[in-house]
Amino acid sequence: MPLPYSDIVMEHFRNPRNVGRIEDADAKAVEGSPACGDMVAVYLKVDEATHRIEDVKFESYGCASNIATGSIITELAKGKTLEEAKQITWQQASEALGGLPPIKAHCSVLAVDGLRAAIQNYEEKHGLIKERVPTTEEEIRRRLKHVMNPMVGLDLVRTKLVREIRLENGQVRIVIDLPPDHQFASNIREEIREKIEPLWDVESVEVEFTG
Amino acid sequence: MPKRFIYLDNAAATRLDERVLEAMKPYFFETYAVATSQFGYSPGIEAKDALEEARARLAATLGAKPEEFVFTSGDAESSNMALKGVALALGTKKGKHIVTSPIEDFPVLYSARALERQGFEVSYVRVDETGRVDLDHLREIIRPDTILVSIQAANQEIGTLQDVAAIGAICREKGTLFHTDATHAFGRVPINTQQVPVDLITVTAHLIHGPRGIGGLYVREGTPIAKWMDGGFQEFNLRGGVENIPGAVGFAKAVELITEEETARLRTWRDEAIARLLEIPHARLNGHPVHRLPHNVNVSFRFVEGESVLLHLDMRGFAVSTGSACFSRSLEASHVILGIGGNHERAHGSVRITFGRYNEPEDVEAIATALREVVETLRKISPLGKEE
Repeated sequence: MPLPYSDIVMEHFRNPRNVGRIEDADAKAVEGSPACGDMVAVYLKVDEATHRIEDVKFESYGCASNIATGSIITELAKGKTLEEAKQITWQQASEALGGLPPIKAHCSVLAVDGLRAAIQNYEEKHGLIKERVPTTEEEIRRRLKHVMNPMVGLDLVRTKLVREIRLENGQVRIVIDLPPDHQFASNIREEIREKIEPLWDVESVEVEFTG
Repeated sequence: MPKRFIYLDNAAATRLDERVLEAMKPYFFETYAVATSQFGYSPGIEAKDALEEARARLAATLGAKPEEFVFTSGDAESSNMALKGVALALGTKKGKHIVTSPIEDFPVLYSARALERQGFEVSYVRVDETGRVDLDHLREIIRPDTILVSIQAANQEIGTLQDVAAIGAICREKGTLFHTDATHAFGRVPINTQQVPVDLITVTAHLIHGPRGIGGLYVREGTPIAKWMDGGFQEFNLRGGVENIPGAVGFAKAVELITEEETARLRTWRDEAIARLLEIPHARLNGHPVHRLPHNVNVSFRFVEGESVLLHLDMRGFAVSTGSACFSRSLEASHVILGIGGNHERAHGSVRITFGRYNEPEDVEAIATALREVVETLRKISPLGKEE
């Protein structure tokens, strides 16, 4: 068996498209952090009248699938309106790459989230966004759909690993249906925190494993 | 002619030496009988002789008696046997406390965790930023109910050597057994059980150009240890199962083929490689600059990720390793880099190079040049490190 990466992934890894910075970008966002692993930065140039993405570039501090998904996501987004670009899913990014190994699915999520965060940044700057709404269990569940189960490459909600979500005065407690010493327990805990902690009214996130 | 692929991951596996294979061959095709007692048939007696000769030679390299050397299937089994065997022998008699370090390789670390789930208590001795054990702290955490201290001779990732003589002396003074995992040191860094007070030593063949599936555990005479694998009465009734005679013969041959000149050569390459790699901006050495395995290089490059480095090097014809979370089977960053106080970022960009018998002098220059170019390429697309 050769590398678990498709030829398309390797092609984009070797020759990433739209790589670099836009110095006078209309919007930008960084997802991930050097402290917990991969990181993607996305820069946008948007036509103010049509809200069409004129140019998009990315930078990656990550593995091959991170670089490849950054590359594909910018190709998919270029020329689209902000509304259209928002609809791009990590599944589409993954499909466009000819599939990713399950353990690497989180890399495509990171890139898609990077693009969405950059669009949100544009909307915030240009007054296109509504009032901040209080976090609900639904919002947490929605975000958990962006945390991958590395065993199968599908999200935690779809693979029915989220046993309980409790939200009280900014304290979030999430119970995951896996044993505490599971191979991916630490990784899943970090990824959950990364997705839930940035919510404006969330103060602490506790992840418990019971399996 | 295609360019030679340059293999620099000799701490993971090594190429078998042909001379080892030649030594093993007769025990597959001619003397393939099981090692019988001295009253058995002649091919069985011959097999037994070969096994015992290999055992005696391997024991001698540790300054040990033949009956103190137990063959196993490799380092993972040896370390499991040491920790679980002692726990089973002393758990109800002396105590349930075990001391180890946070940077041990997985067989020791996970054996300790498995014992923890069965009611044993595990304490971790502090290590400094180079990976050396804090001897004062070790002295403090050994208790009257401590049954075993397990501290490696050399680290698998960063190559740091421990002062096993000093650790052994402390264990003796405190009256506790001492196991050392010498998987990565055996053959390259001598250890003599007549001088070093150590009770159990894990060794293996597959990292010194010997075969896979054979290793050993030195068990000092009189050490309390329970039978590890039930079966027959092989290996002094410590490990049941038919003996791996070709493996044992190959293991002894592999040890015999190591020379001081060869180890000195690896050390020269190591030092050249470290010097060259540290010329790259934002690079730092992981591990100890002096107390270090002769064939180990481990450097972290900021702003780049290890798996990407690895794949780019693979495309250029090099095999190396990394402590990056992206590369690990559990998506967790190297516990060794984190254990010596490094952060995720340092683990993320760490690259391990380990030399072996089949490397050439020009490999040092080749990998240094390739790494410099790959790191430069990846830094160009990294969002980090641009402002500085």
